[in-house]
Amino acid sequence: MSLKRAQELPDAGIITEAGNAVDFKTGDWRTYVPQFHEENCIHCMFCWIYCPDSAIDVDTSGDKPQMKGILLDHCKGCGICATECPPAAKGKAALVMVREEK
Amino acid sequence: MTRTVNQELTALSGNEAVAYAFKQARPHVASAFPITPQTEMMHKFADFVANGESSAEMILVESEHSAMSAAVGSAASGARTITATSSAGFALMWEIVYIAASLRLPIQMALVNRALSGNINIHCDHSDSMGGRDAGWIHHFCENAQEAYDAGLINFRIGEHMDVRLPAMVNYDGFIISHKEDALYMLDDEAAYDFVGPYKHKYTLLDPANPVTVGPLDLTDYYFEHKYSQLEAYPRVFDVAQEVFDEYADLTGRRYGFYEEYKLDDADLVMVILGSSAGTAKDVVDEYREKGVKIGLLKLRMFRPFPADQLKSVLSGRQAIAVLDRSASFGGWGGPVFTEIRSALYGTADQAPLHNWIYGLGGRDFELGHAAEVIDALQKIASGGEVPTLNLLGCRA
Amino acid sequence: MALSLKEMVKHEDLLTGGHRACAGCTGANILRQIMLTAGPNTVMGGATGCMEVVTTIYPYTAWKNSFIHSAFENVAATISGAETAYRSLQKHGELPQAAADAERMNFIAFGGDGGTYDIGIQALSGAMERGHRMVYVCYDNGAYMNTGIQRSSATPFGAHTSTAPAGSVKQGKEQDRKDLTEILVAHNIPYVAQTTPFHWKDLATKVEKALSCGGPAFLNILMPCTVGWGFPMERGMQIAKEAVETNFWPLFEVEDGVYKINKKPKERKPIADWMKEQARFRHVFKPGNESMLEHAQQWVDQQWDLLLKRETMTNM
Repeated sequence: MSLKRAQELPDAGIITEAGNAVDFKTGDWRTYVPQFHEENCIHCMFCWIYCPDSAIDVDTSGDKPQMKGILLDHCKGCGICATECPPAAKGKAALVMVREEK
Repeated sequence: MTRTVNQELTALSGNEAVAYAFKQARPHVASAFPITPQTEMMHKFADFVANGESSAEMILVESEHSAMSAAVGSAASGARTITATSSAGFALMWEIVYIAASLRLPIQMALVNRALSGNINIHCDHSDSMGGRDAGWIHHFCENAQEAYDAGLINFRIGEHMDVRLPAMVNYDGFIISHKEDALYMLDDEAAYDFVGPYKHKYTLLDPANPVTVGPLDLTDYYFEHKYSQLEAYPRVFDVAQEVFDEYADLTGRRYGFYEEYKLDDADLVMVILGSSAGTAKDVVDEYREKGVKIGLLKLRMFRPFPADQLKSVLSGRQAIAVLDRSASFGGWGGPVFTEIRSALYGTADQAPLHNWIYGLGGRDFELGHAAEVIDALQKIASGGEVPTLNLLGCRA
Repeated sequence: MALSLKEMVKHEDLLTGGHRACAGCTGANILRQIMLTAGPNTVMGGATGCMEVVTTIYPYTAWKNSFIHSAFENVAATISGAETAYRSLQKHGELPQAAADAERMNFIAFGGDGGTYDIGIQALSGAMERGHRMVYVCYDNGAYMNTGIQRSSATPFGAHTSTAPAGSVKQGKEQDRKDLTEILVAHNIPYVAQTTPFHWKDLATKVEKALSCGGPAFLNILMPCTVGWGFPMERGMQIAKEAVETNFWPLFEVEDGVYKINKKPKERKPIADWMKEQARFRHVFKPGNESMLEHAQQWVDQQWDLLLKRETMTNM
């Protein structure tokens, strides 16, 4: 984002574009990235609810929500999703943290 | 005087007069915490609410810090918001006083001037207001209950103007004005509200269709630009205020300005003063005028923003100027009014010598003899005599 | 009320990604979960602290609803002002259309433990006593994390912090933590509860109860901090879970003065199990510090027994 002049800004330092942090990419903070193994996914939405970064892509159009993968623009690679993934406890992890090649 | 509305002559204390002004502006929210000598103003306002004369919602907070914080939350939610305090209460608010101005929230406050601690003292001086002089509020000083009432109404119009949008305070001297019964003219409620007009906000937290983030973390890349925008607002106050003063004069016959000139036209010697002491000083000016001394008085009414350009012209061509400060600047060089005026006049071609008198700290009476002492000194300066630049008045030292 | 993830996932995420919280920050997740229940008709106020900073770094805001920050110690007062303005404007018929049309406008203030237990307790107490219809949420991570992990009155006994570090003479915090939840119960407000982000269903239920109780409500939410507590960043939710299992952080609620413990662990797990996962307690396990561990366990037991008694007493 190029820096604006004072006259171009809303006064009082107010932000009028609600939720514009979505334009700020935190994906490059990652060292590890969650790898999605769709075949193991039970679409329980645990990864979605526990994600601190709203980085789980879910399709809610159908009757049952479908986990689609990771929104890499914002995923910081913390691994909470993989830790909380219930199938992982049975050795069939749907999310596995792997070192990201850059 | 041309009066276009009926005004009733009433006897009220300064606190009551300001409570009336605030009530007549129909605020949505009032936040209040008790401190002497401001208490009576909020008692009166609470009576209005209790009796249905005001439909404001009151927030009876647990501290002045919360009084100003709640006022910020309320004003940021699009509500006309009032509060009041004195002395230590204003000092406790201090952090949020800056925030109110930075967020451009036109909160209205009665600051009933009282000395800051320590030692603790409940009487008048201007150290409270002066301590917050750089916080970004409009500061109006008043000589009596009439002026406090009028400034109470006028401040809404100036502060809430879309070109301004700044918080404003009406300063009036603790006990001397706040508690003394005085005769004044008031507008009736309808006429007063017609003058003030309905509140308009620019942003509000209460519109889910247009959500805003107020008060984000502002770092090296944008903070300065936001301060620029704020700085830009203050010069606009003068134009807006002049319009409002004119309109108020047409309405009430009472004409105000950034300062009042008293016998100043041909004056060689000038006394600059704020607040209730101006009344005493005017009497002494009259006495010296009868003796043929060309002395005049300039009563500063608006201290923030500081009307430097206007003062530059009105104070030029004089022989000697005395600036009276009812607060000290510890470790500074002279009182705040003195340093401000001296700075404004610096570089003007025919600048008269300026001297400073600190008086009335902690409610010490400003007596006729004190004003006479200053005028005597001004005469001495004008005739080439030696007088210290910085002086104390009425202190046993 | 949506209590299945299948339903909740349809709610709009009102805290966007792109905020600057640390990787694995359970605090950002707490706010996200709160907003999933609260919805867009919410005015949110943040005390100065991690969560305020990371969600609103100009020119970006992660909030899709209205948000205000003013200072560290005054968020309860600020939001009480917003709530009062709402009532007044509603009474005067001057609300913006969208607010007038809203079934309910929510007023939420949040602060960390520093902003709540310590510097903000006066404004919090005042706002709760005055009875504003607002929810105060404390995300309790047991130290001033935003300024660099300094000790607060919420820091547990023995924890290493940057102002009460473990050294050769001193061994971390020397006092027990303040029981703020109990202080809020003493305000006799309609709703007080403790929860954690791991217990998402419990959290969502409590947020809704707090928002709909008609008066002031207080939620104390444990926020395991990967940086300040010293555990791997993927472990935050598990640490929250274990805090409940060891009775360090019981899940309970107090509705109109009546206590209800929402989860009673079948067996009391030793607090040491929880502490040994966190670097801030590392020194407690050194030889010579056995009494510290004993004290930590005694304190947890005592608090838990007290809570059980409170539940019994208020349900008689």
